[in-house]
Amino acid sequence: MKDNAESYVTEDGRTIGPVVMEMKNITLRFGGVEAIKDISFDIREGEIRAIIGPNGAGKSSMLNVISGFYVPQEGEVWYRGAPRPAMKPFQVAQQGIARTFQNIALFEGMSVLDNVMTGRLTHMKTGMMAQTFWYGSAEREEIANREVAEKIIDFLEIQAIRKTPVSRLPYGLKKRVELARALAAEPSLLLLDEPMAGMNVEEKEDMSRFILSVNDEFGTTIALIEHDMGVVMDLSDRVVVMDYGKKIGDGTPHEVRNNQEVIDAYLGVAHD
Amino acid sequence: MNEQLAFTIEVFLNGLMAGVLYALVALGFVLIYKASGIFNYAQGVMALFAAMTLVGIQNGQVPFSHLINAIFGTDIHKFGWSVHSFLAIILTVFVMIALAWAVQRFVFRHLVGQEPIILFMATIGLAYFLEGVADLMWGSELKALDVCVAEGACLPQGMNTWLEATTYDALGYGFFIDNLDIVASIIAALLVVGLVMFAQYTKQGRAMRAVADDHQAALSVGVSLNFIWILVWSLAGFVALVAGIMWGAKSGVQFSLSLIALKALPVLMLGGFTSIPGAIVGGLIIGVGEKLFEFLIGAPFLGGATENWFAYMLALLFLVFRPQGLFGEKIIERV
Repeated sequence: MKDNAESYVTEDGRTIGPVVMEMKNITLRFGGVEAIKDISFDIREGEIRAIIGPNGAGKSSMLNVISGFYVPQEGEVWYRGAPRPAMKPFQVAQQGIARTFQNIALFEGMSVLDNVMTGRLTHMKTGMMAQTFWYGSAEREEIANREVAEKIIDFLEIQAIRKTPVSRLPYGLKKRVELARALAAEPSLLLLDEPMAGMNVEEKEDMSRFILSVNDEFGTTIALIEHDMGVVMDLSDRVVVMDYGKKIGDGTPHEVRNNQEVIDAYLGVAHD
Repeated sequence: MNEQLAFTIEVFLNGLMAGVLYALVALGFVLIYKASGIFNYAQGVMALFAAMTLVGIQNGQVPFSHLINAIFGTDIHKFGWSVHSFLAIILTVFVMIALAWAVQRFVFRHLVGQEPIILFMATIGLAYFLEGVADLMWGSELKALDVCVAEGACLPQGMNTWLEATTYDALGYGFFIDNLDIVASIIAALLVVGLVMFAQYTKQGRAMRAVADDHQAALSVGVSLNFIWILVWSLAGFVALVAGIMWGAKSGVQFSLSLIALKALPVLMLGGFTSIPGAIVGGLIIGVGEKLFEFLIGAPFLGGATENWFAYMLALLFLVFRPQGLFGEKIIERV
């Protein structure tokens, strides 16, 4: 076990920072169904942390717990070294935790640029009156926010569709716009719920490239859920494996790949 | 100048002014519909409630005096003071904000994620409840509303004779336009510019549009749904107050005021439920349309009284040929 407060260098030569978020014995129930059973794991600064598992393993529920959409019945979420009190999702977002959704949640009626700009909402500080009348500091702030938004639009290569209403975009691009909106918040922790679901090989490669360069260039900590084992092995620094709401594996991609329980869960096991 | 032409122009101008008043009511509907997808049936009653509260505060009426008297056998009706209009308006704004909070806290917070038809039914309930509360609070008698913002700067009075005389001198025909209508137009214009700037440029405006579009996504970018909804209902309350003042000053504060909501419906169908400029243009078209139609076709050929149904007929035509209205978002369904 590595110390929570220390950084270390992985076998691949990547530096992984201290723990930013720690889940302690999380249990989540929906009526009689236990979606998550007593799970603990941590997320370290600057890493790409993957959560994998078969359908219905509780991966999305886990992400919803982190982002405040679900409140676990038992257990604590520790953020930056302190237990986090019960929070509404918008408060979690204000703390610098951005997310995307499995079934894309974009503002369909707005343009791509407007969608990305909503990601800047938590960074807008000037008063309502000043903003209404486009006065001094409000103007400067709007321009600064717009610059960040444009930078991210460039970064994700969606300049060509900046002004297009989101409802007209194909699925793959919507996924990318959603990532852009999450990035616009300049999050300290980015949660991606199946960023590559339903994409073709080329789109998956693009998305993997973006995720890696976000992590590289902005140093953003990323926790993602993914089905595609190949993608996960290539992308992530550490992997949590869930099955039927329980944690069955935790470690580097290499360790996880050779874990018998994980292999059983994924490939099925002969019952005799 | 041709007498007939001049008179037509006068009818046209008066139609424009009447349209502004329709637009003011329609505006309240659009605001709430845009930000929460709720068609707020209670908007007209909110205008009534706001106007009654304003008059009540101005006249120093004791709220719920009938109720208090009935329970305790007392005989109090007035505090015995009168409040300056400006102060009374500000106090009424606070009452409308409190109402917005209560509506959100006790009704719509419990209906998050429900079907639009259920939210609509809730606003019908709200309309009747609010009408009852208004009655209980301020009594049901007809009251005159006289708003003076400062010494001598009262709402109507004085300007129309000047306008009539000036235009008579210049054109040989005196245009008669009710000066309350002129004031209403100016205020409506200011209100619209303010609202559009608020929705376009402010963080709250952007958050408002976000909430209207997708609740989950709005939460994920750090928007508090509760706060936005209270804000939206407060704004709608404020617009209702302005509409209530204008209509109240025109025809007295009475319970039939809540029926102006029905006149706003055709306006919305013309302008589109989601467009602030649409509400204004729709209001103007209906106002001008019904006056001109009555003057040119209705009175000479159809026996008059066409004003009662013209707006609804126009709305019907729009529903058939352009259901999203003039400015509404086009309804596209991807298959």
